[in-house]
Amino acid sequence: MSIENVFLEILPHGGGCMKLKPITVIGGFLMGLANSIFGAGGGIIAVPLLEKSGLSKREAHANAVAVILPVSALSAALYLIKGTVRLSDASPYILTGIAGAVLGTVILKKISPLLLKRIFGIFIIYAGVRLLTK
Amino acid sequence: MNIIALLVGLFSGIAGAMGLGGGAVLIIYLNLFTDTDRLTAGGINLIFFIPISLLAVTIYAFRGAVKWKTVLPLAAFGLVGALCGIYLADIMGGEIIGKIFGVLLVLMGIKETFFRVAKDKKE
Repeated sequence: MSIENVFLEILPHGGGCMKLKPITVIGGFLMGLANSIFGAGGGIIAVPLLEKSGLSKREAHANAVAVILPVSALSAALYLIKGTVRLSDASPYILTGIAGAVLGTVILKKISPLLLKRIFGIFIIYAGVRLLTK
Repeated sequence: MNIIALLVGLFSGIAGAMGLGGGAVLIIYLNLFTDTDRLTAGGINLIFFIPISLLAVTIYAFRGAVKWKTVLPLAAFGLVGALCGIYLADIMGGEIIGKIFGVLLVLMGIKETFFRVAKDKKE
């Protein structure tokens, strides 16, 4: 589906009228807000929002990345303009990050979402406690 | 460039592509194991995420897995939130943001690990 068709389908005059749900408006706003304050976390908010929109858990995980990409890009641009961060600060992590991302899209097809959540959950509990006691 | 940074990049990329918040992995590393400023760490993570999510989204889009009609409206309101968030971040400052982030991580971790198990098992 081309991007023009996508917009035509979203706009009311382009065939089927799409009503905006409050969860899309409020949830989307809060997701963007949190993502730019913390520099992370938008994806985690996007997943349940997408599930509420009728996507399966697996679909929600994949689509959350698509939701958060433009949002993160805007935040990153603003951080760069303000001088809070320089491109060179991020460069050491990017190459292996890309390799990890390819691996991630493959793993997502095979692994159980429940196991995924558990592993990740335990990791962030540990990290959160460490951050608070730092 | 050290081996730890490379490994952190790898794991962040994996988690990021799975919509798990790879961000959390990189930010946690920067905050706990380096002396990077809190807001700078957020900025690094945001930049880091762009090529990775671009790649992941391209792969998912080719598989036909991206539901644009659901994604685009949500992203649009996310952009508005992101604009406001930049100003709020300045007002709040790194220290407070770091503590709130820590609390959120613990809460999120507990939820991800222990709750909604029955619903997840169906899939």
